[in-house]
Amino acid sequence: MTDSKYFTTTKKGEIFELKAELNSDKKEKKKEAVKKVIASMTVGKDVSALFPDVVNCMQTDNLELKKLVYLYLMNYAKSQPDMAIMAVNTFVKDCEDLNPLIRALAVRTMGCIRVDKITEYLCEPLRKCLKDEDPYVRKTAAVCVAKLHDINAQLVEDQGFLDTLKDLISDSNPMVVANAVAALSEIAESHPNSNLLDLNPQTINKLLTALNECTEWGQIFILDCLASYLPRDDRESQSICERVTPRLSHANSAVVLSAVKVLMKFMEMLPKDLDYYGTLLKKLAPPLVTLLSAEPELQYVALRNINLIVQKRPEILKHEMKVFFVKYNDPIYVKLEKLDIMIRLASQANIAQVLAELKEYATEVDVDFVRKAVRAIGRCAIKVEQSAERCVSTLLDLIQTKVNYVVQEAIVVIKDIFRKYPNKYESVIATLCENLDSLDEPEARAAMIWIVGEYAERIDNADELLESFLEGFHDESTQVQLQLLTAIVKLFLKKPTETQELVQQVLSLATQDSDNPDLRDRGYIYWRLLSTDPVAAKEVVLAEKPLISEETDLIEPTLLEELICHIGTLASVYHKPPSAFVEGSRGVQHKRLPPRAGSGESTESPDVGQSGPSEAPPAVIPSQGDLLGDLLNLDLAPPTATVPSVQPSMQMGAMDLLGGGLDSLLGGDIGGSPSVTAMPASLGSAPAVGGGLGDLFDLGGGVGMPTGSYVAPKTVWLLAMKAKGLEISGTFARRGGIIQMDLSLTNKAMSVMTDFAIQFNRNSFGLAPAGPLQVLTPLSPNQTIDVSLPLSTSGPVMKMEPLNNLQVAVKNNIDVFYFSCQYPLSLLFVEDGKMDRQVFLATWKDIPNDNEAQFQIKDIHLNSDVASNKLQGSNIFTIAKRTVEGQDMLYQSVKLTNGIWVLAEMRIQTEPFLLSDLKCTEPRIVYANLLHSQ
Amino acid sequence: MINDYIFILKAVCHTLTQTSSHQVLICRNYKGDVDMSEIDHFFTLLMQQEEEGLLCPVMSHGNVHFLWIKHSNLYLVATTNKNSNASLVYSFLYKLVEVFTEYFKELEEESIQDNFVVVYELLDELMDFGFPQTTDSKILQEYITQQGNKLEVAKTKVPTTVTNAVSWRSEGIRYKKNEVFIDVIESINVLVNANGSVMSSDIVGSIKLKTMLSGMPELRLGLNDRMLFALTGDKGKTTVTMEDVKFHQCVRLSRFESDRTISFIPPDGESELMSYRINTHVKPLIWIESVIEKFSHSRVEIMVKAKGQFKKQSVANNVEIRVPVPSDADSPKFKTSTGHAKYVPEKNLVVWSIKSFPGGKELLMRAHFCLPSVENHETEGRPPITVKFEIPYFTVSGIQVRYMKIIEKSGYQALPWVRYITQSGDYQLRTNT
Repeated sequence: MTDSKYFTTTKKGEIFELKAELNSDKKEKKKEAVKKVIASMTVGKDVSALFPDVVNCMQTDNLELKKLVYLYLMNYAKSQPDMAIMAVNTFVKDCEDLNPLIRALAVRTMGCIRVDKITEYLCEPLRKCLKDEDPYVRKTAAVCVAKLHDINAQLVEDQGFLDTLKDLISDSNPMVVANAVAALSEIAESHPNSNLLDLNPQTINKLLTALNECTEWGQIFILDCLASYLPRDDRESQSICERVTPRLSHANSAVVLSAVKVLMKFMEMLPKDLDYYGTLLKKLAPPLVTLLSAEPELQYVALRNINLIVQKRPEILKHEMKVFFVKYNDPIYVKLEKLDIMIRLASQANIAQVLAELKEYATEVDVDFVRKAVRAIGRCAIKVEQSAERCVSTLLDLIQTKVNYVVQEAIVVIKDIFRKYPNKYESVIATLCENLDSLDEPEARAAMIWIVGEYAERIDNADELLESFLEGFHDESTQVQLQLLTAIVKLFLKKPTETQELVQQVLSLATQDSDNPDLRDRGYIYWRLLSTDPVAAKEVVLAEKPLISEETDLIEPTLLEELICHIGTLASVYHKPPSAFVEGSRGVQHKRLPPRAGSGESTESPDVGQSGPSEAPPAVIPSQGDLLGDLLNLDLAPPTATVPSVQPSMQMGAMDLLGGGLDSLLGGDIGGSPSVTAMPASLGSAPAVGGGLGDLFDLGGGVGMPTGSYVAPKTVWLLAMKAKGLEISGTFARRGGIIQMDLSLTNKAMSVMTDFAIQFNRNSFGLAPAGPLQVLTPLSPNQTIDVSLPLSTSGPVMKMEPLNNLQVAVKNNIDVFYFSCQYPLSLLFVEDGKMDRQVFLATWKDIPNDNEAQFQIKDIHLNSDVASNKLQGSNIFTIAKRTVEGQDMLYQSVKLTNGIWVLAEMRIQTEPFLLSDLKCTEPRIVYANLLHSQ
Repeated sequence: MINDYIFILKAVCHTLTQTSSHQVLICRNYKGDVDMSEIDHFFTLLMQQEEEGLLCPVMSHGNVHFLWIKHSNLYLVATTNKNSNASLVYSFLYKLVEVFTEYFKELEEESIQDNFVVVYELLDELMDFGFPQTTDSKILQEYITQQGNKLEVAKTKVPTTVTNAVSWRSEGIRYKKNEVFIDVIESINVLVNANGSVMSSDIVGSIKLKTMLSGMPELRLGLNDRMLFALTGDKGKTTVTMEDVKFHQCVRLSRFESDRTISFIPPDGESELMSYRINTHVKPLIWIESVIEKFSHSRVEIMVKAKGQFKKQSVANNVEIRVPVPSDADSPKFKTSTGHAKYVPEKNLVVWSIKSFPGGKELLMRAHFCLPSVENHETEGRPPITVKFEIPYFTVSGIQVRYMKIIEKSGYQALPWVRYITQSGDYQLRTNT
């Protein structure tokens, strides 16, 4: 006699029949009918039409029947809100029943009926149940508050249920405490700013006591709640840790992971020299390893979390490499995760073993796993320098297998190895070239082409190899096309005599026959570069590349810290912050680790073992964008009209572009006149001046009076991810004759920053801080402070490239960071730069033509008066103005802080070009040269 | 920490169309956040991932996340749209399987349908608003029964146990004879490389209890645990260092943390009291040397030598050595010095079974297979040789139960019985071909 018979009745008049049975006088028949209804509901039939009949069965003393009716109610109340009211009376009555099981059942079901109308009737019964003498009822009522809050938050607040819930944290029964904590945590999640949980040492103590006594699930609620507490000091932190560590021995993996979360978080507050800190580190490893014997899905969650823990505190598991070795019958998702952790743990000490394993994996059958294993070998080579040679030979062995996807993957990683250790392993190129024909994946083809181009001088038939790719140029993916273009240009620069035809071919393929703007632009750039100045082209194209490092696949520290706070949750599985995948969580605070204990351990950094504080300033590595900028500079000398596509791309060529900067900046103005303003570029680093002047024009919409020196909006100079969480953005301003550097310091890390100081490297105009950096209060996480630093021009002088480059070092309690920025030259224009007319005339003539530069600014809709006014705001003074052939000519003077004068003639034309002559008193600064020297 | 739904689904295979679809057997909505129809996306995602061979236990569609496990042909799926505690969800899903299995012996389609009323009742009691509640099936069975209709309403009360600090044992248990049986079971996990070097090996031990004791007894278990001996200053005895220990929730963890005492009030009947892991490098108890020679288009020759690397007095029982063979092999021929070899074509294995294998002995098995002249183009994996065995009256680690103290306020005498057994765990030896 089983329940399955209820599923079998599928006659025509079923609903009608059921209705009759439900209204039967016989109890047994009634119950049978309700069971049939539930069975129909289970298989997805709509039985909502029976609502009144089923609700009529509610008043029964048969518990089983009651449960079934309640179940029905939960499912259909929402679709029949009016009739749901009928049930209210029974609920209220059941909440007073003598049997606690029925009281709890009623209060539990009540909360699941998500009908707004009846919620208010439920408040009184709920209030009673929260104070019920039976803990089973209280623990159920506690959860009901969270349910009610989900339906009507205001009602719960008005009725004071939140306070009652808080009181339950002090309940004598551990399970009630656990459920109250769970309910409060749930409610608090939708009220990010309320201080609902109100954790203080007393409540924490209560929670820790309940922790020892409640069920495994209750322990998880409590641990998760503890994790959101911020201990007052390291002592409290330690004492909580001491009481949480026994949980690491719990048989339930979820309890263990939640305990790990609390410990990882609070550990942050413990001084590293404390004995207990070391003890705790040792205690964490064994339970983490044991998690790998859990069920595969739990293993997967554990591995994703271990991946985070290994990045945060590599010392915990550094000796446990072996447990991550892949077993043949592991599910694929476990295999891939283990592989990832193996690489993170790889070090000189264990690399031999790791490589042997990886090689083993690379000969398995699962394609994804094999690929990842091959890639892992490459990552080991990059991570553990001593092993590079062994890795390369392992990869060569694998290439010999001729298994297509292994070969391709190997070539992709060998390219990376070349980028890490240039000029070390070219001997393998011959072997790689043998496999050229078997490559059919874009990434592998691109990698191979890159290798051929990079080492073209050592490959005798490089031209043939590249030519072979060129045949199907248009069928290749963009990645391959771009790589091919660059490789052939490299080849040409290395072996110009034999490859001229090839390079022309690829350039025309890229520029004339392609629809892809990236490809076309790159083609034009190379073309112009090659035709203008092959020497410069060589410097640009064959420039030394920055080395790659293994850090590229590490999780960014601030994100890592946040994820550590979410150990065990979906966020830790996805490696994404909750805000990235939970709807409506934007207002939710980002969790963060508590501030680090301050015991002179400023060298401690989350990315242990990577970079010392003496790391080279990041600015020395030009990104591709900068390279492009440099490259485009060369385009300024010849008339620009011939290459239409260059003009727009100049804008992205960074602000150190003379014309480009001006163009783009002035272009946005709304002068209304079709005229084009001619602008003086100035001495020294003409590019920067251009940019600066451009900025000036940007100000206002052509208002007559000068409104003072233009201040560019702040730009980010130092990225948080490069500076352990410190972000600096800034700009320069000249106010009342004083040069100021306006800085915004933002703390994006988890710990407080203090002790800021700043220093400049020697620079072209002797800029130096006139006083210390005034950051008086410590900078808390997520706080931003604005500071103005007055600058003097009396510092040591050294010519920089570009001239207006400024290298800055900023120090705080964590580390020293370097960045470089460029100041607008207008910063250096002094207030008394107005030259006497006569002197101007004489000087203009005296300056040799060598010191003269001309350029044009397009699309500026300002008339001469407005332009003149604007420029005066930045200490560019108009000495005279005249009109020649309907065109306004402005004569202007500028004086720099170091006494150099710059004279300019600006012609404002109606035609789309401007002409500006610049003359400079100091012949030693010759910008034409500067331009070409880049 | 919350999930919205728990679904139990089955995979339905349409043999005609070679496609498979899925059917919801039963589901329970715990919160109102996720629409029930979202489960359809789960099917689609699952099939998609199965095709790509990249299954993942977490899948998402839009902002709904599916966390699932598979039990025989059933899928247990939890859905959520929050940043739920994933480890809690999986632990809970496995707990569900455990509870249902204890209720219905097997968790399968039929048992769900046959007992759908109880399943609903259990789902209601096990979790509330996404928070797991009482999941101890022994306690649940006291107030949720399969014969619900036979029970008088008055009798159906919540056992106080549910909310007690001791939530795993009810009061008023009576036995005529008070006994407790202790099984110490150690499983050996070994991974040996093709060149014969041991890549990793560890021991996972488990102490299981069968408690038949009256009342609310206080138990204390004494082991030859090195940490304990170091604490008490005992010396000169063989001790064992346990790398990691996990306890049933009846054990007072803070007490263990402070003085290594294992004290508890045991659940009634069978339970796993604790498990431990020992990292010491153990000699693989059964050592396998194999030569597998594959002559393409003609034959495979297999020679397996097994050596019992344990005490001569001990005997390994029910030994099974499973040797992989190519999937296209046929016409098996075997020769064994002891035991019996069998070809299991559906698993591409030769299983060599030896009823009893005395320590120190060396046994030999030879197998010969033919290969078709047309080569199999599918590349095959290289599964390892796996070994199964049991050695009674012996633990590799040398762990011993030194005492079991049983105190109950009625003052009865109770007898503890201890058994030791060592068995194979994950015992893999990689091969060359």
